[in-house]
Amino acid sequence: MRPFTYSRAKSPAEAAAEAASAPGAKFIAGGTNLLDLMKLEIETPSHLIDVQDLKLDRIEPTAEGGLRIGALVRNTDLAADARVRRDYGVLSRALLAGASGQLRNKATTAGNLLQRTRCPYFYDTNQPCNKRQPGSGCSAIGGFSRQLAVIGSSKACIATHPGDMAIAMRVLDATVETVDPKGQTRAIPMADFHRLPGETPHIDTNLKAGELITAVTLPKPLGGKHFYHKERDRASYAFALVSVAAVVQPDGRGRVAFGGVAHKPWRVEAAEAAMPQGAKAVTGATFAGAAPTPENAFKLTLAERALGAVLAQARA
Amino acid sequence: MHGPGEVEVSRRGLLVGGAASVAAGAVSAPADAQRAPAAPKPAMAKVSFEVNGRRQSLEVDTRTTLLDALREHLKLTGSKKGCDQGQCGACTVIVDGRRINSCLSLAVMHEGDRITTVEGLGTPDKLHPMQAAFVRHDGYQCGYCTPGQICSAVSVLEEIRAGIPSHVSADLTAAPALTAAEMRERMSGNICRCGAYSNIIEAMADVAGAKA
Repeated sequence: MRPFTYSRAKSPAEAAAEAASAPGAKFIAGGTNLLDLMKLEIETPSHLIDVQDLKLDRIEPTAEGGLRIGALVRNTDLAADARVRRDYGVLSRALLAGASGQLRNKATTAGNLLQRTRCPYFYDTNQPCNKRQPGSGCSAIGGFSRQLAVIGSSKACIATHPGDMAIAMRVLDATVETVDPKGQTRAIPMADFHRLPGETPHIDTNLKAGELITAVTLPKPLGGKHFYHKERDRASYAFALVSVAAVVQPDGRGRVAFGGVAHKPWRVEAAEAAMPQGAKAVTGATFAGAAPTPENAFKLTLAERALGAVLAQARA
Repeated sequence: MHGPGEVEVSRRGLLVGGAASVAAGAVSAPADAQRAPAAPKPAMAKVSFEVNGRRQSLEVDTRTTLLDALREHLKLTGSKKGCDQGQCGACTVIVDGRRINSCLSLAVMHEGDRITTVEGLGTPDKLHPMQAAFVRHDGYQCGYCTPGQICSAVSVLEEIRAGIPSHVSADLTAAPALTAAEMRERMSGNICRCGAYSNIIEAMADVAGAKA
Protein backbone atom coordinates (compact mmCIF):
# COMPACT_ATOMS: atom_id res chain seq x y z
CA MET A 1 0.00 0.00 0.00
CA ARG A 2 1.25 3.51 -0.84
CA PRO A 3 1.68 5.83 2.15
CA PHE A 4 -1.04 8.45 2.65
CA THR A 5 -1.92 11.21 5.07
CA TYR A 6 -5.23 11.10 6.91
CA SER A 7 -7.76 13.62 8.17
CA ARG A 8 -11.32 13.65 9.49
CA ALA A 9 -13.72 16.16 7.96
CA LYS A 10 -16.28 18.05 10.07
CA SER A 11 -18.88 18.91 7.42
CA PRO A 12 -19.79 17.75 3.91
CA ALA A 13 -18.82 21.10 2.33
CA GLU A 14 -15.49 21.07 4.22
CA ALA A 15 -14.81 17.51 3.02
CA ALA A 16 -15.51 18.45 -0.60
CA ALA A 17 -13.34 21.58 -0.36
CA GLU A 18 -10.50 19.56 1.16
CA ALA A 19 -10.76 17.00 -1.64
CA ALA A 20 -10.40 19.76 -4.22
CA SER A 21 -7.40 21.36 -2.49
CA ALA A 22 -5.45 18.11 -2.00
CA PRO A 23 -4.67 16.43 -5.33
CA GLY A 24 -4.76 12.66 -5.03
CA ALA A 25 -7.20 12.80 -2.11
CA LYS A 26 -10.06 10.35 -1.72
CA PHE A 27 -12.99 10.12 0.67
CA ILE A 28 -13.16 7.07 2.91
CA ALA A 29 -16.28 5.85 4.73
CA GLY A 30 -16.66 2.09 5.26
CA GLY A 31 -13.48 1.47 3.31
CA THR A 32 -14.39 -2.13 2.46
CA ASN A 33 -13.68 -1.71 -1.26
CA LEU A 34 -11.21 1.19 -1.19
CA LEU A 35 -8.78 -0.46 1.26
CA ASP A 36 -8.88 -3.68 -0.70
CA LEU A 37 -7.92 -1.75 -3.84
CA MET A 38 -5.27 0.27 -1.98
CA LYS A 39 -3.56 -2.92 -0.79
CA LEU A 40 -3.23 -3.94 -4.43
CA GLU A 41 -2.15 -0.38 -5.39
CA ILE A 42 -5.01 -0.18 -7.86
CA GLU A 43 -6.14 2.85 -5.87
CA THR A 44 -3.23 5.03 -4.73
CA PRO A 45 -4.60 8.07 -2.87
CA SER A 46 -1.98 10.29 -1.25
CA HIS A 47 -4.52 11.59 1.27
CA LEU A 48 -7.65 10.08 2.81
CA ILE A 49 -10.51 12.23 4.04
CA ASP A 50 -12.48 10.25 6.61
CA VAL A 51 -16.14 11.29 6.36
CA GLN A 52 -17.51 9.28 9.31
CA ASP A 53 -18.21 12.39 11.44
CA LEU A 54 -20.46 14.11 8.87
CA LYS A 55 -23.71 13.03 10.58
CA LEU A 56 -25.10 11.69 7.31
CA ASP A 57 -26.26 8.50 8.98
CA ARG A 58 -30.00 9.08 9.28
CA ILE A 59 -33.02 7.96 7.25
CA GLU A 60 -35.69 10.65 7.21
CA PRO A 61 -39.09 11.10 5.53
CA THR A 62 -39.21 13.67 2.71
CA ALA A 63 -41.97 16.24 2.11
CA GLU A 64 -42.93 14.27 -1.03
CA GLY A 65 -43.72 11.13 0.99
CA GLY A 66 -40.46 9.36 0.24
CA LEU A 67 -37.28 8.73 2.21
CA ARG A 68 -33.97 10.54 2.36
CA ILE A 69 -31.15 8.10 3.11
CA GLY A 70 -27.97 9.68 4.46
CA ALA A 71 -24.80 8.82 2.56
CA LEU A 72 -23.29 7.14 5.63
CA VAL A 73 -26.25 4.89 6.49
CA ARG A 74 -24.80 1.39 6.76
CA ASN A 75 -26.13 -1.33 4.46
CA THR A 76 -27.29 -3.33 7.50
CA ASP A 77 -29.28 -0.40 8.88
CA LEU A 78 -30.84 0.51 5.53
CA ALA A 79 -31.91 -3.10 4.92
CA ALA A 80 -33.34 -3.37 8.45
CA ASP A 81 -35.20 -0.05 8.50
CA ALA A 82 -38.90 -0.76 9.08
CA ARG A 83 -40.03 1.78 6.45
CA VAL A 84 -37.67 0.34 3.83
CA ARG A 85 -38.80 -3.22 4.61
CA ARG A 86 -42.46 -2.22 4.35
CA ASP A 87 -42.47 0.22 1.41
CA TYR A 88 -39.27 -0.46 -0.54
CA GLY A 89 -38.83 -4.21 -0.15
CA VAL A 90 -36.82 -4.45 -3.37
CA LEU A 91 -34.12 -2.28 -1.77
CA SER A 92 -34.01 -4.24 1.46
CA ARG A 93 -33.83 -7.51 -0.50
CA ALA A 94 -31.06 -6.22 -2.77
CA LEU A 95 -28.93 -5.14 0.18
CA LEU A 96 -29.41 -8.45 1.97
CA ALA A 97 -28.42 -10.34 -1.19
CA GLY A 98 -25.08 -8.51 -1.25
CA ALA A 99 -21.76 -9.17 0.50
CA SER A 100 -21.57 -10.66 4.02
CA GLY A 101 -22.93 -9.58 7.40
CA GLN A 102 -19.53 -8.17 8.38
CA LEU A 103 -19.25 -6.12 5.18
CA ARG A 104 -22.83 -4.83 5.37
CA ASN A 105 -22.05 -3.59 8.90
CA LYS A 106 -19.32 -1.32 7.48
CA ALA A 107 -20.42 -0.57 3.91
CA THR A 108 -22.28 2.72 3.44
CA THR A 109 -24.97 3.85 1.03
CA ALA A 110 -22.66 6.21 -0.87
CA GLY A 111 -19.73 3.81 -0.81
CA ASN A 112 -21.88 1.02 -2.21
CA LEU A 113 -22.77 3.23 -5.21
CA LEU A 114 -19.07 3.94 -5.74
CA GLN A 115 -17.74 0.39 -5.47
CA ARG A 116 -15.60 -0.55 -8.42
CA THR A 117 -15.94 -3.46 -10.81
CA ARG A 118 -14.86 -6.98 -9.86
CA CYS A 119 -13.60 -7.73 -13.36
CA PRO A 120 -10.67 -10.10 -12.69
CA TYR A 121 -8.40 -8.13 -15.04
CA PHE A 122 -9.07 -4.88 -13.18
CA TYR A 123 -7.74 -6.65 -10.09
CA ASP A 124 -4.79 -8.30 -11.84
CA THR A 125 -2.18 -5.55 -12.01
CA ASN A 126 -0.02 -7.68 -14.31
CA GLN A 127 -2.59 -7.46 -17.11
CA PRO A 128 -3.61 -4.52 -19.29
CA CYS A 129 -6.89 -2.91 -18.21
CA ASN A 130 -8.31 0.32 -19.62
CA LYS A 131 -10.24 0.95 -16.42
CA ARG A 132 -7.15 0.63 -14.22
CA GLN A 133 -4.63 2.12 -16.65
CA PRO A 134 -6.30 4.07 -19.48
CA GLY A 135 -5.00 3.18 -22.91
CA SER A 136 -3.35 -0.08 -21.86
CA GLY A 137 -6.00 -2.30 -23.48
CA CYS A 138 -8.74 -4.66 -22.31
CA SER A 139 -7.67 -8.16 -21.26
CA ALA A 140 -11.25 -9.25 -20.63
CA ILE A 141 -12.20 -9.07 -24.32
CA GLY A 142 -11.09 -12.47 -25.53
CA GLY A 143 -10.23 -13.47 -21.95
CA PHE A 144 -12.27 -15.02 -19.14
CA SER A 145 -15.49 -13.09 -19.47
CA ARG A 146 -18.12 -15.31 -17.88
CA GLN A 147 -18.94 -12.70 -15.18
CA LEU A 148 -18.77 -9.68 -17.45
CA ALA A 149 -21.10 -7.38 -19.38
CA VAL A 150 -23.46 -8.46 -22.16
CA ILE A 151 -24.81 -5.04 -23.09
CA GLY A 152 -23.72 -1.40 -23.11
CA SER A 153 -20.07 -2.42 -23.25
CA SER A 154 -17.45 -0.97 -25.61
CA LYS A 155 -14.30 -2.00 -27.45
CA ALA A 156 -12.41 -0.56 -24.48
CA CYS A 157 -14.18 -2.31 -21.59
CA ILE A 158 -16.71 -5.05 -20.78
CA ALA A 159 -16.70 -4.62 -16.98
CA THR A 160 -19.91 -4.64 -14.93
CA HIS A 161 -21.11 -2.59 -12.01
CA PRO A 162 -20.90 -5.29 -9.31
CA GLY A 163 -23.47 -3.98 -6.82
CA ASP A 164 -27.00 -5.02 -5.90
CA MET A 165 -28.22 -1.91 -4.06
CA ALA A 166 -27.91 0.36 -7.11
CA ILE A 167 -30.08 -1.99 -9.20
CA ALA A 168 -32.94 -1.61 -6.71
CA MET A 169 -32.40 2.16 -6.48
CA ARG A 170 -32.60 2.37 -10.27
CA VAL A 171 -35.94 0.57 -10.34
CA LEU A 172 -37.19 2.89 -7.59
CA ASP A 173 -36.08 6.03 -9.54
CA ALA A 174 -33.88 7.15 -6.65
CA THR A 175 -31.91 10.40 -6.77
CA VAL A 176 -28.32 10.94 -5.61
CA GLU A 177 -27.71 14.22 -3.75
CA THR A 178 -24.23 15.75 -3.72
CA VAL A 179 -22.22 18.77 -2.63
CA ASP A 180 -19.23 20.04 -4.62
CA PRO A 181 -16.04 21.81 -3.47
CA LYS A 182 -17.71 25.22 -3.95
CA GLY A 183 -20.57 24.19 -1.67
CA GLN A 184 -23.05 23.80 -4.58
CA THR A 185 -25.53 20.97 -4.23
CA ARG A 186 -27.20 19.00 -7.00
CA ALA A 187 -29.46 15.98 -7.46
CA ILE A 188 -28.51 13.28 -9.99
CA PRO A 189 -31.15 10.74 -11.08
CA MET A 190 -29.90 7.16 -10.62
CA ALA A 191 -30.30 6.66 -14.37
CA ASP A 192 -27.56 9.26 -14.95
CA PHE A 193 -25.31 8.43 -12.01
CA HIS A 194 -23.29 5.52 -13.42
CA ARG A 195 -21.77 5.74 -16.91
CA LEU A 196 -21.32 3.33 -19.75
CA PRO A 197 -17.64 2.61 -20.39
CA GLY A 198 -17.31 4.05 -23.92
CA GLU A 199 -13.78 5.30 -24.52
CA THR A 200 -13.32 6.33 -20.87
CA PRO A 201 -13.93 3.21 -18.77
CA HIS A 202 -11.71 4.57 -15.97
CA ILE A 203 -14.57 6.96 -15.10
CA ASP A 204 -17.34 4.98 -13.37
CA THR A 205 -19.78 7.77 -12.49
CA ASN A 206 -20.77 11.31 -13.45
CA LEU A 207 -19.50 12.78 -10.16
CA LYS A 208 -17.10 15.69 -10.64
CA ALA A 209 -13.71 15.95 -8.93
CA GLY A 210 -14.19 16.48 -5.18
CA GLU A 211 -17.98 16.09 -5.38
CA LEU A 212 -19.31 14.29 -2.29
CA ILE A 213 -22.51 12.23 -2.07
CA THR A 214 -24.63 13.41 0.86
CA ALA A 215 -27.80 11.34 0.44
CA VAL A 216 -29.95 9.15 -1.76
CA THR A 217 -33.64 10.03 -1.91
CA LEU A 218 -36.45 7.63 -2.73
CA PRO A 219 -39.74 8.92 -4.23
CA LYS A 220 -42.98 8.00 -2.49
CA PRO A 221 -43.68 4.25 -2.33
CA LEU A 222 -44.85 2.50 -5.51
CA GLY A 223 -46.93 -0.21 -3.83
CA GLY A 224 -47.06 -3.55 -5.62
CA LYS A 225 -44.97 -6.62 -4.91
CA HIS A 226 -41.23 -6.18 -4.58
CA PHE A 227 -38.60 -8.68 -5.75
CA TYR A 228 -34.84 -8.92 -5.90
CA HIS A 229 -33.87 -12.18 -7.56
CA LYS A 230 -30.13 -12.85 -7.69
CA GLU A 231 -28.48 -15.67 -9.63
CA ARG A 232 -24.91 -16.43 -8.56
CA ASP A 233 -22.39 -19.24 -8.35
CA ARG A 234 -23.11 -20.01 -4.67
CA ALA A 235 -26.10 -19.49 -2.45
CA SER A 236 -24.64 -16.58 -0.47
CA TYR A 237 -21.80 -14.07 -0.51
CA ALA A 238 -21.09 -13.95 -4.26
CA PHE A 239 -21.50 -11.33 -6.96
CA ALA A 240 -24.45 -11.62 -9.33
CA LEU A 241 -24.26 -13.38 -12.66
CA VAL A 242 -27.66 -11.84 -13.29
CA SER A 243 -29.98 -10.10 -10.87
CA VAL A 244 -33.52 -8.83 -11.33
CA ALA A 245 -34.98 -5.94 -9.33
CA ALA A 246 -38.70 -5.72 -9.96
CA VAL A 247 -41.85 -4.05 -8.66
CA VAL A 248 -44.98 -5.73 -10.01
CA GLN A 249 -48.49 -4.27 -9.64
CA PRO A 250 -51.65 -6.38 -9.23
CA ASP A 251 -52.58 -5.81 -12.91
CA GLY A 252 -49.24 -7.31 -14.03
CA ARG A 253 -47.64 -4.02 -14.99
CA GLY A 254 -44.48 -2.87 -13.31
CA ARG A 255 -40.82 -1.96 -13.45
CA VAL A 256 -37.68 -4.03 -13.82
CA ALA A 257 -33.92 -3.41 -13.77
CA PHE A 258 -31.13 -5.94 -14.24
CA GLY A 259 -27.77 -6.27 -12.46
CA GLY A 260 -24.63 -8.16 -13.41
CA VAL A 261 -25.13 -7.44 -17.11
CA ALA A 262 -23.74 -3.96 -17.75
CA HIS A 263 -21.47 -1.17 -16.53
CA LYS A 264 -24.50 0.36 -14.82
CA PRO A 265 -27.90 -0.84 -13.57
CA TRP A 266 -29.68 -1.88 -16.78
CA ARG A 267 -33.24 -0.67 -17.13
CA VAL A 268 -35.12 0.03 -20.36
CA GLU A 269 -38.36 1.76 -19.40
CA ALA A 270 -39.93 1.24 -22.85
CA ALA A 271 -39.59 -2.54 -22.44
CA GLU A 272 -41.57 -2.52 -19.18
CA ALA A 273 -44.87 -2.06 -21.06
CA ALA A 274 -44.48 -5.71 -22.08
CA MET A 275 -44.49 -7.01 -18.49
CA PRO A 276 -48.09 -8.31 -18.67
CA GLN A 277 -47.03 -10.33 -21.77
CA GLY A 278 -44.34 -12.17 -19.85
CA ALA A 279 -40.58 -12.34 -19.41
CA LYS A 280 -39.54 -13.10 -22.98
CA ALA A 281 -41.20 -9.98 -24.35
CA VAL A 282 -39.55 -7.83 -21.69
CA THR A 283 -36.02 -9.22 -21.92
CA GLY A 284 -36.18 -9.28 -25.73
CA ALA A 285 -36.68 -5.51 -25.74
CA THR A 286 -34.44 -4.83 -22.71
CA PHE A 287 -31.47 -6.66 -24.22
CA ALA A 288 -31.93 -5.60 -27.86
CA GLY A 289 -28.47 -4.91 -29.25
CA ALA A 290 -26.74 -7.06 -26.64
CA ALA A 291 -23.16 -8.02 -27.48
CA PRO A 292 -22.30 -10.95 -25.21
CA THR A 293 -19.08 -12.96 -25.43
CA PRO A 294 -19.25 -16.71 -26.11
CA GLU A 295 -18.55 -17.20 -22.38
CA ASN A 296 -21.37 -15.03 -21.07
CA ALA A 297 -24.10 -15.36 -23.70
CA PHE A 298 -25.90 -17.60 -21.17
CA LYS A 299 -26.72 -14.44 -19.20
CA LEU A 300 -29.37 -13.49 -21.77
CA THR A 301 -31.21 -16.76 -21.25
CA LEU A 302 -30.66 -16.50 -17.50
CA ALA A 303 -32.10 -12.98 -17.42
CA GLU A 304 -35.27 -14.15 -19.18
CA ARG A 305 -35.68 -17.13 -16.86
CA ALA A 306 -34.93 -15.08 -13.73
CA LEU A 307 -37.56 -12.52 -14.71
CA GLY A 308 -39.91 -15.40 -15.57
CA ALA A 309 -39.46 -16.75 -12.04
CA VAL A 310 -40.16 -13.31 -10.57
CA LEU A 311 -43.32 -12.82 -12.65
CA ALA A 312 -44.57 -16.29 -11.68
CA GLN A 313 -44.03 -15.42 -8.00
CA ALA A 314 -45.84 -12.14 -8.53
CA ARG A 315 -48.87 -13.99 -9.90
CA ALA A 316 -48.85 -16.59 -7.11
CA MET B 1 18.54 -29.88 -26.28
CA HIS B 2 19.51 -26.52 -24.80
CA GLY B 3 23.02 -25.94 -23.50
CA PRO B 4 23.72 -23.86 -20.39
CA GLY B 5 24.78 -20.94 -22.58
CA GLU B 6 21.43 -20.80 -24.33
CA VAL B 7 19.62 -20.79 -20.99
CA GLU B 8 21.82 -17.88 -19.92
CA VAL B 9 20.89 -15.94 -23.05
CA SER B 10 17.18 -16.46 -22.62
CA ARG B 11 17.42 -15.41 -18.96
CA ARG B 12 19.13 -12.19 -20.01
CA GLY B 13 16.40 -11.72 -22.60
CA LEU B 14 13.79 -12.07 -19.89
CA LEU B 15 15.54 -9.50 -17.72
CA VAL B 16 15.69 -7.02 -20.58
CA GLY B 17 12.04 -7.62 -21.33
CA GLY B 18 11.24 -7.10 -17.65
CA ALA B 19 13.09 -3.78 -17.54
CA ALA B 20 11.32 -2.64 -20.70
CA SER B 21 7.90 -3.34 -19.29
CA VAL B 22 8.77 -1.45 -16.09
CA ALA B 23 9.81 1.53 -18.24
CA ALA B 24 6.57 1.31 -20.21
CA GLY B 25 4.66 1.36 -16.92
CA ALA B 26 6.55 4.45 -15.76
CA VAL B 27 5.86 6.31 -19.01
CA SER B 28 2.13 5.73 -18.92
CA ALA B 29 1.85 6.28 -15.16
CA PRO B 30 1.01 10.03 -15.41
CA ALA B 31 -2.14 9.05 -17.28
CA ASP B 32 -3.43 7.70 -13.97
CA ALA B 33 -4.40 10.87 -12.15
CA GLN B 34 -4.79 8.99 -8.87
CA ARG B 35 -1.19 7.76 -8.79
CA ALA B 36 0.79 9.34 -5.97
CA PRO B 37 4.28 10.79 -6.48
CA ALA B 38 7.06 8.20 -6.29
CA ALA B 39 8.09 6.98 -2.83
CA PRO B 40 6.11 9.25 -0.51
CA LYS B 41 7.15 8.98 3.14
CA PRO B 42 5.00 6.92 5.48
CA ALA B 43 2.71 9.10 7.61
CA MET B 44 2.18 8.40 11.30
CA ALA B 45 -0.97 9.12 13.32
CA LYS B 46 -2.14 8.65 16.90
CA VAL B 47 -5.26 6.72 17.81
CA SER B 48 -6.88 5.61 21.05
CA PHE B 49 -9.54 2.96 21.47
CA GLU B 50 -10.72 0.39 23.97
CA VAL B 51 -9.86 -3.25 23.36
CA ASN B 52 -11.51 -5.89 25.54
CA GLY B 53 -12.20 -3.28 28.21
CA ARG B 54 -8.69 -1.80 28.26
CA ARG B 55 -7.82 1.67 26.94
CA GLN B 56 -5.08 1.54 24.30
CA SER B 57 -3.19 4.46 22.73
CA LEU B 58 -1.06 3.82 19.68
CA GLU B 59 0.98 5.73 17.15
CA VAL B 60 0.78 3.87 13.86
CA ASP B 61 1.61 4.21 10.19
CA THR B 62 -1.72 5.38 8.71
CA ARG B 63 -1.69 2.26 6.52
CA THR B 64 -2.06 -0.03 9.55
CA THR B 65 -5.27 -2.01 9.49
CA LEU B 66 -7.23 -2.61 12.66
CA LEU B 67 -6.24 -6.27 12.35
CA ASP B 68 -2.51 -5.45 12.23
CA ALA B 69 -2.88 -3.02 15.14
CA LEU B 70 -4.49 -5.77 17.22
CA ARG B 71 -2.05 -8.49 16.24
CA GLU B 72 1.28 -6.70 15.77
CA HIS B 73 1.00 -3.72 18.12
CA LEU B 74 -1.19 -5.13 20.90
CA LYS B 75 -0.09 -8.77 20.51
CA LEU B 76 -3.70 -9.96 20.50
CA THR B 77 -3.09 -12.74 18.00
CA GLY B 78 -6.47 -14.43 18.39
CA SER B 79 -7.89 -12.55 15.40
CA LYS B 80 -6.38 -14.15 12.31
CA LYS B 81 -5.20 -12.89 8.94
CA GLY B 82 -6.59 -15.32 6.41
CA CYS B 83 -7.14 -13.59 3.07
CA ASP B 84 -6.54 -9.94 4.16
CA GLN B 85 -9.24 -8.86 1.68
CA GLY B 86 -12.55 -9.42 3.45
CA GLN B 87 -13.40 -12.73 1.87
CA CYS B 88 -12.69 -15.26 4.65
CA GLY B 89 -13.86 -13.68 7.93
CA ALA B 90 -10.94 -15.01 10.04
CA CYS B 91 -10.26 -11.41 11.18
CA THR B 92 -13.82 -10.79 12.42
CA VAL B 93 -13.98 -8.65 15.56
CA ILE B 94 -16.85 -6.79 17.23
CA VAL B 95 -16.66 -2.99 17.12
CA ASP B 96 -19.25 -0.98 19.06
CA GLY B 97 -21.44 -4.09 19.12
CA ARG B 98 -21.13 -4.96 15.42
CA ARG B 99 -19.01 -7.59 13.74
CA ILE B 100 -16.68 -6.31 11.04
CA ASN B 101 -13.71 -7.52 8.99
CA SER B 102 -10.78 -5.93 10.86
CA CYS B 103 -8.53 -6.45 7.82
CA LEU B 104 -10.62 -3.99 5.78
CA SER B 105 -10.60 -1.18 8.30
CA LEU B 106 -7.87 1.32 9.16
CA ALA B 107 -6.81 1.49 12.80
CA VAL B 108 -6.81 5.32 12.69
CA MET B 109 -10.52 5.30 11.82
CA HIS B 110 -11.40 3.72 15.20
CA GLU B 111 -10.75 6.64 17.54
CA GLY B 112 -12.84 6.12 20.69
CA ASP B 113 -14.32 2.80 19.54
CA ARG B 114 -14.98 -0.23 21.77
CA ILE B 115 -13.43 -3.33 20.25
CA THR B 116 -13.97 -6.92 21.35
CA THR B 117 -11.73 -9.70 20.06
CA VAL B 118 -12.01 -13.40 20.83
CA GLU B 119 -9.66 -12.80 23.79
CA GLY B 120 -12.26 -10.45 25.27
CA LEU B 121 -15.21 -12.83 24.97
CA GLY B 122 -13.94 -15.33 27.52
CA THR B 123 -10.83 -16.78 29.13
CA PRO B 124 -9.56 -20.38 29.24
CA ASP B 125 -10.95 -20.60 32.80
CA LYS B 126 -14.23 -18.86 32.02
CA LEU B 127 -15.26 -19.52 28.45
CA HIS B 128 -17.96 -17.49 26.72
CA PRO B 129 -21.00 -19.75 26.16
CA MET B 130 -20.26 -19.69 22.41
CA GLN B 131 -16.64 -20.78 23.00
CA ALA B 132 -17.83 -23.61 25.26
CA ALA B 133 -20.39 -24.67 22.65
CA PHE B 134 -17.75 -24.75 19.90
CA VAL B 135 -15.69 -27.11 22.10
CA ARG B 136 -18.73 -29.24 22.95
CA HIS B 137 -19.86 -29.58 19.33
CA ASP B 138 -16.43 -29.86 17.66
CA GLY B 139 -16.98 -26.58 15.80
CA TYR B 140 -13.47 -26.63 14.33
CA GLN B 141 -10.60 -28.83 13.22
CA CYS B 142 -7.44 -26.77 12.61
CA GLY B 143 -8.85 -23.82 14.54
CA TYR B 144 -7.51 -21.04 12.33
CA CYS B 145 -10.89 -19.59 11.39
CA THR B 146 -12.36 -20.25 14.85
CA PRO B 147 -11.80 -16.84 16.54
CA GLY B 148 -13.54 -15.15 13.61
CA GLN B 149 -16.28 -17.79 13.55
CA ILE B 150 -16.94 -17.30 17.28
CA CYS B 151 -17.03 -13.49 17.11
CA SER B 152 -19.33 -13.74 14.10
CA ALA B 153 -21.56 -16.36 15.74
CA VAL B 154 -22.02 -14.23 18.87
CA SER B 155 -23.00 -11.25 16.69
CA VAL B 156 -25.31 -13.31 14.48
CA LEU B 157 -27.46 -14.32 17.44
CA GLU B 158 -27.63 -10.67 18.52
CA GLU B 159 -28.56 -9.57 15.00
CA ILE B 160 -31.42 -12.08 14.88
CA ARG B 161 -32.55 -11.00 18.34
CA ALA B 162 -32.43 -7.35 17.19
CA GLY B 163 -34.79 -8.22 14.33
CA ILE B 164 -32.36 -7.59 11.46
CA PRO B 165 -33.63 -9.54 8.43
CA SER B 166 -31.48 -11.69 6.13
CA HIS B 167 -31.50 -12.92 2.55
CA VAL B 168 -33.41 -16.05 3.61
CA SER B 169 -36.04 -14.32 5.77
CA ALA B 170 -39.32 -15.24 4.04
CA ASP B 171 -41.28 -12.25 5.32
CA LEU B 172 -39.33 -8.99 5.37
CA THR B 173 -41.75 -7.30 7.73
CA ALA B 174 -41.75 -10.10 10.34
CA ALA B 175 -39.10 -10.72 13.00
CA PRO B 176 -36.52 -13.22 11.70
CA ALA B 177 -36.69 -16.72 13.20
CA LEU B 178 -33.85 -18.52 14.98
CA THR B 179 -33.51 -21.29 12.42
CA ALA B 180 -30.52 -23.17 11.02
CA ALA B 181 -31.20 -21.63 7.59
CA GLU B 182 -31.03 -18.12 9.08
CA MET B 183 -27.80 -18.88 10.93
CA ARG B 184 -26.17 -20.50 7.89
CA GLU B 185 -26.94 -17.54 5.63
CA ARG B 186 -25.67 -15.04 8.19
CA MET B 187 -22.41 -17.00 8.68
CA SER B 188 -21.57 -16.98 4.95
CA GLY B 189 -18.82 -14.40 5.49
CA ASN B 190 -16.81 -16.89 7.56
CA ILE B 191 -15.05 -19.56 5.56
CA CYS B 192 -13.87 -22.83 7.18
CA ARG B 193 -11.35 -24.76 5.12
CA CYS B 194 -11.83 -27.84 7.35
CA GLY B 195 -15.56 -27.79 6.71
CA ALA B 196 -16.78 -27.65 10.31
CA TYR B 197 -19.88 -25.77 9.20
CA SER B 198 -22.54 -28.21 10.41
CA ASN B 199 -20.96 -28.40 13.87
CA ILE B 200 -20.69 -24.62 14.03
CA ILE B 201 -24.43 -24.38 13.39
CA GLU B 202 -25.01 -27.03 16.11
CA ALA B 203 -22.94 -24.91 18.53
CA MET B 204 -24.85 -21.75 17.64
CA ALA B 205 -28.20 -23.50 17.97
CA ASP B 206 -27.14 -24.82 21.37
CA VAL B 207 -26.31 -21.31 22.62
CA ALA B 208 -29.47 -19.86 21.08
CA GLY B 209 -31.65 -22.61 22.55
CA ALA B 210 -32.81 -23.46 19.03
CA LYS B 211 -32.92 -26.60 16.90
CA ALA B 212 -30.06 -26.93 14.38
